Amino acid sequence: MATFHIPEDYYYTKDHEWAQVDENIVTVGITEYAQLSLGEVVYCELPEEGQKVNQGEPFGVVESVKAVSDLYAPVSGTVIEVNMSLTDDPSVLNDNPMNDGWLIRIEMDSEKELANLMRSPDYKKLVAEAK
Amino acid sequence: MNKTPLCDEHIKLGARMVDFAGWYMPVQYIGLREEHNNVRTNVGLFDVSHMGEIRFRGPQALSTLEWLTTNDVAKLGDGEAQYSLLPNETGGLVDDIIIYCVKKDTDYMVCVNASNKDKDFGWMTKNNKGAIITDESSEWAQIAVQGPKALALVDKVLGNKASQMKSFTFQIGKFKGETTVTATTGYTGEKGCEIFVKASVAAALWQELLKQGQEFGVSAIGLGARDTLRTEMKYSLYGHEIDDVHNPFAAGLGWVIKPSKKDFMGKAPMLAGKEKGLSQLLIGFKMLDKGIPRQGYDLFDQNGQNIGKVTSGTVSPTLDEPIGIAYIATQHAAEGSEFFVDIRGRKVKAKVCKTPFVHQ
Repeated sequence: MATFHIPEDYYYTKDHEWAQVDENIVTVGITEYAQLSLGEVVYCELPEEGQKVNQGEPFGVVESVKAVSDLYAPVSGTVIEVNMSLTDDPSVLNDNPMNDGWLIRIEMDSEKELANLMRSPDYKKLVAEAK
Repeated sequence: MNKTPLCDEHIKLGARMVDFAGWYMPVQYIGLREEHNNVRTNVGLFDVSHMGEIRFRGPQALSTLEWLTTNDVAKLGDGEAQYSLLPNETGGLVDDIIIYCVKKDTDYMVCVNASNKDKDFGWMTKNNKGAIITDESSEWAQIAVQGPKALALVDKVLGNKASQMKSFTFQIGKFKGETTVTATTGYTGEKGCEIFVKASVAAALWQELLKQGQEFGVSAIGLGARDTLRTEMKYSLYGHEIDDVHNPFAAGLGWVIKPSKKDFMGKAPMLAGKEKGLSQLLIGFKMLDKGIPRQGYDLFDQNGQNIGKVTSGTVSPTLDEPIGIAYIATQHAAEGSEFFVDIRGRKVKAKVCKTPFVHQ
């Protein structure tokens, strides 16, 4: 079974997304586990800059050949940057989901919401149990 | 959950396993697109052991099947197979099936969908006209071998001249002393066959096909690619294109409905539906703007009228573009006709196109 790169300084959601926090800016992506379960990503629908997102609510969609999966915002805030390269070439999500395959950057409303997210030990456990 | 006799083989190959209609089945081994393309260019093996096999025997076998199904069963000679439909009393479908004529008049095997097997068996026995009907599903495993090199591979493994067989025929043979049935049928649009094999030697046959298939570039294919392959051919899948409500004439299945030959279950309402004029037709379409159609998405005309629904949709691995199958109001069904698919609230332009999407 594959082992996954699960950096310790990231936050995680039960929907297999990661959030990397730099002061009040949160970069959001899907985890390696998520990309492997999805299979080859062929389409990616992301919000516009300036759009408001709410913690736990869908902000976009990734599609593999077989399935549609919603993307959920790990924190509430305003989208300040969108990874436009994904709409041209969504395969980056499979090749490098933890870096180049980031989805959006959110200016977060309240860092208190981070308490609702998982840290790496809990996420590792979740992935181990999911297998 | 039910397991096929090949379950351990899938796990050994590292397949991702899922629950499919109560069966623990491989959805993908190495990747859907790669698997799909290998069937179009080389050869792939599919475990389809979850499908049901129901036997009809005795002096009333033929007359019972004539009553229960829409196609001309009497036409079949020994060793011939036929795609057919199992209608209900209102002219919708209980299932779609393949009938194999083992011995004309008195012995037929019917292959049915896994998800419908118990329902079908119940329906057949309830409407039996005197045949001896038995569910043999647990005895048989089934391996589909599909692709341009499929029959050469089967020939090599079973030594049965499979490559000389006509389409929709079958022959009975042996593997490790057990009965096999090699039928030139399939669900991919490629040349190939489906091999019924006794459960006890199924894993051995699977391994042999993989081993001897190296030179042909064989690989195992999951349910994911099975679905994209059949979608590219616009083959119907029960629960998508066909169901207990839709008239099979609307699904383009008139070629397996032979009302002039015989009476059958649901004939009158099925024909009445056609005479009256079908309100919807099943069509294939492509997207003119960005987006992937999926089952259940609604179709709209330019005035915002709901004119139909998507039954299957995916990205075609062969064409590398989104494709879909849908029921659409008859007046919009002509090739080239433009309409909109509601993709999560976005109206995305699409166009009726020629089908099958591949092998035109």
